[in-house]
Amino acid sequence: MQKHGFSIKIEGVAQDFGAFAALRNVSLEIKPGELVALLGPSGSGKTTLLRVIAGLNAPDRGRVLFDQEDATYLPVQDRKVGMVFQNYALFKHMTVADNIAYGLKVRPRRYRPSKTEITRRVEELLRFVQLEGLGSRFPGQLSGGQRQRVALARALAIEPRVLLLDEPFGALDARVRKDLRRWLREVHQKTGLTTIFVTHDQDEAMELADRVVVLNEGRIEQIGTPEELYDRPASSFVISFVGEAVALPVTVADGHVNFAGRELHIDTHGLPSGAAKVFFRPADITVASKGNGEIEGRVESIRRTPAGVRATIAIEGYDQTLEIDSPIDQAASLGEKIPLSFTKARVFPADVPDFDDIADGI
Amino acid sequence: MINLSVDRQNAWRFRAPSVIPGFGITFGYTLLYLSLIVLFPLATLLWRSSELGFGGLYAVASEPRVAAALRTTFSLSFAAAFIDLIFGLIVAWVLTRYEFPGRRLFDAFVDLPFALPTAVAGISLAALYAPNGWFGAYLAEIGVKVAFTRLGILVALIFIGLPFVVRTVQPIIAELEIELEEASATLGAWRLQTILFVLLPPLVPALLTGFALAFARAIGEYGSVIFIAGNIAYISEIAPLLIVVKLEQYDFAGATAIASIMLAISFIALLVINLIQAWSRKRFGHV
Repeated sequence: MQKHGFSIKIEGVAQDFGAFAALRNVSLEIKPGELVALLGPSGSGKTTLLRVIAGLNAPDRGRVLFDQEDATYLPVQDRKVGMVFQNYALFKHMTVADNIAYGLKVRPRRYRPSKTEITRRVEELLRFVQLEGLGSRFPGQLSGGQRQRVALARALAIEPRVLLLDEPFGALDARVRKDLRRWLREVHQKTGLTTIFVTHDQDEAMELADRVVVLNEGRIEQIGTPEELYDRPASSFVISFVGEAVALPVTVADGHVNFAGRELHIDTHGLPSGAAKVFFRPADITVASKGNGEIEGRVESIRRTPAGVRATIAIEGYDQTLEIDSPIDQAASLGEKIPLSFTKARVFPADVPDFDDIADGI
Repeated sequence: MINLSVDRQNAWRFRAPSVIPGFGITFGYTLLYLSLIVLFPLATLLWRSSELGFGGLYAVASEPRVAAALRTTFSLSFAAAFIDLIFGLIVAWVLTRYEFPGRRLFDAFVDLPFALPTAVAGISLAALYAPNGWFGAYLAEIGVKVAFTRLGILVALIFIGLPFVVRTVQPIIAELEIELEEASATLGAWRLQTILFVLLPPLVPALLTGFALAFARAIGEYGSVIFIAGNIAYISEIAPLLIVVKLEQYDFAGATAIASIMLAISFIALLVINLIQAWSRKRFGHV
């Protein structure tokens, strides 16, 4: 296996499908050997971006560069990208071994390895994806996880410059997903390939990727490491899409945040006055001692979680609930009125839709 | 693979592998229906022709006019089915894969040869291809004569066979995901390689079925052919017509003899096609 990754640069890429703008002016730089996740809800343009990199879609504007070389109009066949499709797209009439060998067999005679060399490479790849001895099976005789590994071996067989995966774990059940995630991380480390995968599952993106690109409505909302996305979300969309968050409508006036006629002590980071939304993570809200709470709520339901309890709390006078995580010994009783304070909160302007607004629309 | 061995074990047992009741009555109905509608008439045919004996059958078959008609029917049916195979595949591909205005309309046109009374088809074809017809006039200029020749028979047989190939292949094409082509392309395969190695093999079983159906239909075709064929003995006379001719001469034994010979050849031909198909299903059918 080679130990070299290509860098990928995307410059101002845009693509429209009729009146629908799938990508709007997307720019992105991916370092050699990096493992990057494209994260976003459906319709955010993440798969379109992956297909533009693969060469399956030609962008209307912008450029794609592989190691400084302009690949925007390089035909798919010449791009040498290893693509793993969401439904794997295995050739069902070919054996597993023939599937893996396909990319080598279709090469022009000059570049085609000898028959024995192809057999050797297929064996090597089968070992690499832990499917030794299954080379003569047909894809229909394999489990979902095995099929995915065949698809990966087939993509690796052509010694690709980048590895692209479209929703790699979308069709698998939860347990297999977990195993394959860990395994994909290993594959990435062993091959050293620049790897980009598309997902709508933020856990998957956060667990696997070096950097995550959050996409929404064809635009990049934020690019960052998982830590950066959790700790310094750049927009209301990011905070509501990545990790759990509850939002309360507030107004900002001269750097002060007001909720229901009461001031909340939150740094506005220079947000201009007007309607805004304050976001909390459930873990950042705590039950305060009497009289020290910033907001007050009534306990509506209590649910046990592995670590403690999660309570749903209705804010008095507002049609709004929020969820908090709290240790077991602090548990309040149902219907009780409790004061709440928070350790961390973020304020964003209200006129920018966050993920929940978008999800409600769908 | 495991399923196969199970099948073999139970091959001679009655199985009702369904929660829906009524296996007995539906099985009985199937047998009765097949017997009354298919096997009985065929048995009568065999019984009638057996009056002649094998020697008599052979004598009829080796009559030069009969032999020529049988050769015409089977060779042209095979050629027509083969042409339908190629063009039917293209038509099915275009109708399934591409979006264009009027697609549904064109899709409906495919069934016309099914629905049209064959005589109507024959008359229209004859009118078109006759030396003074719309096509025939131009073809005559370049020296090609279609109507009242074997070429005319071929045209009629291609016409009636096309929907069989299109309709059997269409659903299989619909199942082939676009991603298969894209995967093939990302792996470095060019268009022709993708067609030959990825797209065609899964279609082989359905193509063979379509071919067999078109072939079988062409062998028995009468109405559309006789108008365009000219029916010249030894040249453009088809076997079904010869049967009618014999019947009109009250030569019932001769007519049934030709019918039996056609039945035997058709049976063997379809059996061979079915065997190839069974093999191809095993080879390519892991869909």
